[in-house]
Amino acid sequence: MIEVKGLVKTYGAKRAVDGVTFTVKRGDILGFLGPNGAGKSTTMKMITGFLRPDAGTATVDGIDVTVDPVRVKQKLGYLPESAPAYPEMTVGEFLGFIAEVRGFRGAAKTAQVDRAIQLTHLAPVRKQTIETLSKGFKQRVGFAQALLHDPAALILDEPTDGLDPNQKNEVRALIKNMSAEKAVILSTHILEEVDAICNRVIIISRGQVVADETPAQLRARQPGARLDEIFRSLTHGDI
Amino acid sequence: MRQITPIFKREFLGYFRSPVAYVFLIAFLVISVSLAFSRYGGFFRAGVAGLESYFTFFPWLFMFIVPAVGMRLWSEEKRSGTVELLFTLPITTLEAVLGKFLAGWAFLALAVLLSFPMALTVGYLGDPDWGIIATTYLGAVLMAGAYLGVCALTSALTKNQVISFVLSLGACAILLFLGFSSFTETLEGALPMVVADALSNFSFITHFDAFTKGIVDPKDVIFFLSLMGFTLFLNVVALER
Ligand SMILES: Nc1ncnc2c1ncn2[C@@H]1O[C@H](COP(=O)(O)OP(=O)(O)O)[C@@H](O)[C@H]1O
Ligand SMILES: [Mg+2]
Repeated sequence: MIEVKGLVKTYGAKRAVDGVTFTVKRGDILGFLGPNGAGKSTTMKMITGFLRPDAGTATVDGIDVTVDPVRVKQKLGYLPESAPAYPEMTVGEFLGFIAEVRGFRGAAKTAQVDRAIQLTHLAPVRKQTIETLSKGFKQRVGFAQALLHDPAALILDEPTDGLDPNQKNEVRALIKNMSAEKAVILSTHILEEVDAICNRVIIISRGQVVADETPAQLRARQPGARLDEIFRSLTHGDI
Repeated sequence: MRQITPIFKREFLGYFRSPVAYVFLIAFLVISVSLAFSRYGGFFRAGVAGLESYFTFFPWLFMFIVPAVGMRLWSEEKRSGTVELLFTLPITTLEAVLGKFLAGWAFLALAVLLSFPMALTVGYLGDPDWGIIATTYLGAVLMAGAYLGVCALTSALTKNQVISFVLSLGACAILLFLGFSSFTETLEGALPMVVADALSNFSFITHFDAFTKGIVDPKDVIFFLSLMGFTLFLNVVALER
């Protein structure tokens, strides 16, 4: 579903992403793990067509994002880091806008918005402006926006960042519920998240993939050690 | 191209989701009307039924007003991060640029057209030439679009609205001053005659003047439209870089 080959992105003299390669199939929930500044967000921005890679390719359903960005963007749902949204719009207006841009009009538009609101439990704040929402609700608006068109692939950049433990659990349940038949990439620097929902893990350090396996295989690297110890030994030197 | 509509709608209605739009429209009307009645405008003294004294100040007023509308166009999206949302939705850069530009232009056109009670007053007091009033409105709206094209471009260059405003103001001022003979003469001193002449063709005042005299010269219309086209093209390039 999503195929990434040799992606490279350089900011000035700094190589933020340095030859990242992996694939994600339908039904996979891929945990994209790495310390802050490892290059997770930059990789995701290239897959979603927001940034142009310096080298390498990212394809979704066989379509190269630099060749036909609009078609790739139709297939993807993307939750950028910190869930940006237009603060002066109400939740309903904002999701209506997303639905229209995604080509839904009239009754289809209402149906998609209602479905997204129901999935993310946003009904109580539907008429509230986004700037007045708490962090947890804002994050849910970001989710609603990403899954509004029922995309085949979801890319979520730190979806649980800044949430309290209850909200984190709720978001994880949400991701798990909607991930059947989808390809999901989820970036995080929280290890328990991987254990909780992912069936695959990629660890990225200084722009390079240092592990690509199942959570069980990751554990088997150092039997008896805690996940964060394994993580530290794989990403050490990356401060 | 059908995705222009939702972009346009969101941007245009966005002006009215905060009090800023209303403050802006009222300020625009108050300033433009009081300039016309001021001793520089001489709306009464002129002794003719017409809106010339009202519209004389438009090129000047626009120099401040249009950057105020245009500065947030892209800067705000960049600052708040929504630009990442917008450009990962299935639209092309051109659609986004056009949708946002047209919304800003429509808002400015609304501000200009809200002065219509001035025209009605003139119509009540005397017997104005409605043809001239119509061409002047056309010229004002075209000029607003050209100014806005410049401001949209500068706003795409920075995420800071203040920098965006100052850059826009500077660019608009240059386009305005190119029309003044003293400015042109200085240019002629520094540059070859042909270049200076060519540059003075870019002045907004020269091109707007004809409209206020009731003349719709295709040359002036093309000037404003091609300036819009050119700045919007650069706007796309600036966003895709
Ligand atoms: N716009 C940018 N300009 C310069 N450097 C950047 C920019 N964005 C990210 N970086 C740098 O690239 C590296 C990777 O960043 P990022 O992909 O955001 O990491 P992560 O999401 O894993 O925390 C970091 O060192 C960061 O400082
Ligand atoms: Mg990040």
